[in-house]
Amino acid sequence: MARYVLDFEKPIFELQRKLDLLKKVSPLEKTDLTAEIEDLEHKIEKLKVRIYSHLSPWEKVQVSRHPDRPKTLDYINNIFTDFIEIHGDKLFRDDLSIIGGFGFLNDVKVMIVGHQKGKNAKENILYNFGSPHPEGIRKALRLMKLAEKFSLPVISFIDTAGAYPGIEAEERGQALAIASNLMEMSALKVPIIVSNIGEGGSGGALALGLGDKIFMLENSYYSVISPEGCASILLKSENGDSSKAKAEASTALKLTADELLERGLIDGIIREPLGGAHHNPSEVFVELKQALVSSLLELKKLSTNKLLEKRYNRYRKMGVFIES
Amino acid sequence: MSITEWFKAKNKYIPVEKSGTRLNIPDGIWSKCAACNEIIFQKEVVRNFKVCPKCNHHFKLTAEERVNLLLDDGSFVEFNGGMISNDPLDFEISKSYRVSLNQAQEISGLKEAIVTGEGKIDDRLIIFGVMDFRFIGGSMGSVVGEKVTRAIEKALEENLPLVLVCSSGGARMQEGMFSLMQMAKTSAAIARFKQKKNPYISILTNPTTGGVSASFATLADLIIAEPEALIGFAGPRVIEQTIKQKLPKGFQSAELMLKHGMIDLIVHRKDLKNTLSKLLNFLY
Ligand SMILES: [Zn+2]
Repeated sequence: MARYVLDFEKPIFELQRKLDLLKKVSPLEKTDLTAEIEDLEHKIEKLKVRIYSHLSPWEKVQVSRHPDRPKTLDYINNIFTDFIEIHGDKLFRDDLSIIGGFGFLNDVKVMIVGHQKGKNAKENILYNFGSPHPEGIRKALRLMKLAEKFSLPVISFIDTAGAYPGIEAEERGQALAIASNLMEMSALKVPIIVSNIGEGGSGGALALGLGDKIFMLENSYYSVISPEGCASILLKSENGDSSKAKAEASTALKLTADELLERGLIDGIIREPLGGAHHNPSEVFVELKQALVSSLLELKKLSTNKLLEKRYNRYRKMGVFIES
Repeated sequence: MSITEWFKAKNKYIPVEKSGTRLNIPDGIWSKCAACNEIIFQKEVVRNFKVCPKCNHHFKLTAEERVNLLLDDGSFVEFNGGMISNDPLDFEISKSYRVSLNQAQEISGLKEAIVTGEGKIDDRLIIFGVMDFRFIGGSMGSVVGEKVTRAIEKALEENLPLVLVCSSGGARMQEGMFSLMQMAKTSAAIARFKQKKNPYISILTNPTTGGVSASFATLADLIIAEPEALIGFAGPRVIEQTIKQKLPKGFQSAELMLKHGMIDLIVHRKDLKNTLSKLLNFLY
């Protein structure tokens, strides 16, 4: 059972606790509790369906940030084989908020890059909550350029609240680092497949997110600004902090996988088990792996010129405006 | 002659339905500089390219003022002047995006946060774009991204230098992911532009942050900044909330960015046109 319970999940976990208690006392009781137990189990299943199958955008944002949710390293270990991690940007330091290296996707050699988040406080300090400094963004680019040189497709995983907003990050050129990735990735001569597995926080996410195929997990989000940031700017301090404001911002930003697929900004959605990927990770690994394999097959058929032309046109047509 | 009239007299090419020349210094003959608190004579500020004669604070320029400052008189021809946002998300929190757009159009007399076109610098034809901070903080949505991309493509097509004057708080949140994708779109266009030998110079003015600094603004061959301009990725408020302390004075200033090697040069506004002209001469 998940140790971290979100607000809207509480009714499920309360019933679950009752069930556990009932099961514990059942052998000691004279009366047969089997019927009660079955009834409760049935209730829980029904409640799960009711709560989890209609998550609001803000609830999805919360699921996307769940500490138990599989992180990039889990995907690497469960989808690829023979992973060899490569470190550093060869300029400043090894930023552990970005992980990357070589691996096999079935029998195809690939380069993997991704944001790495932790599952507990200790890991999160190590990985800086998956929020890269410029050297992390540059580390990812270095690996992608290496992949280009040796003709390896790039498989990228997005999972960050955003690029780290700090003094040193600014001094070392966070803006330039992100911009450079966008420019270089737009012309990288190998296929790039991107999977948003959790949080897609603005520029820090996009810095690893420009590619030929963009997938999102069902409960991931992708947004120009965090719901919190949007709420605090537009609703000012008086109520920008409330969960109602964050919910309103999450809805207005159209940040869910469904909304973005509908607008043609992503290519596909990877379905998650009821309650989120952490409830049955292996199911998600299998489905995402299938999507990666078939996308790669499709992209490898294209010549480099065709691939780059398609990639350019993909972004070139994004935008909605009126001309008079 | 008032400041508005002075700029109007110089302006010939940007169609302005309503005067948008709103200085961030109060009206009147004398006013107080917001930066140094000294009493300054307004006519002198105007003569000085809206730079405080006492402390050299560079007040924000509107798009039309910038055209008049940098381009040869009467040389500017606008592109895509009628392009407007179509509110792709039906965005409304506390105020609807459509209302914000209408207000911004009224305040600035502009259709969007950027004006693009062609013009001449000392008789040299260039493709030119200038952002106007009065229009929703110079934020980049679909229209800004599209106009920047078209300007880049035009410069590439015609083999002309590209000069973009930036002033922006970042991506426009009211267009959500469409705004974020403008970063990808403009950066991809720059990647193509760089395959040929046409120069791209960006001028970062106060402030240039977020999605604009993290895309086309910092991808230029040369980056010029105006003195004391705030330049960065994250806004100071976000950084202060993250690190839970006040930022040192002058942090994220053009001067600090120069010190850290992130920009090429800082140029006083009075020397900007001349410097641009000389640099273009080396590159083109
Ligand atoms: Zn002053």
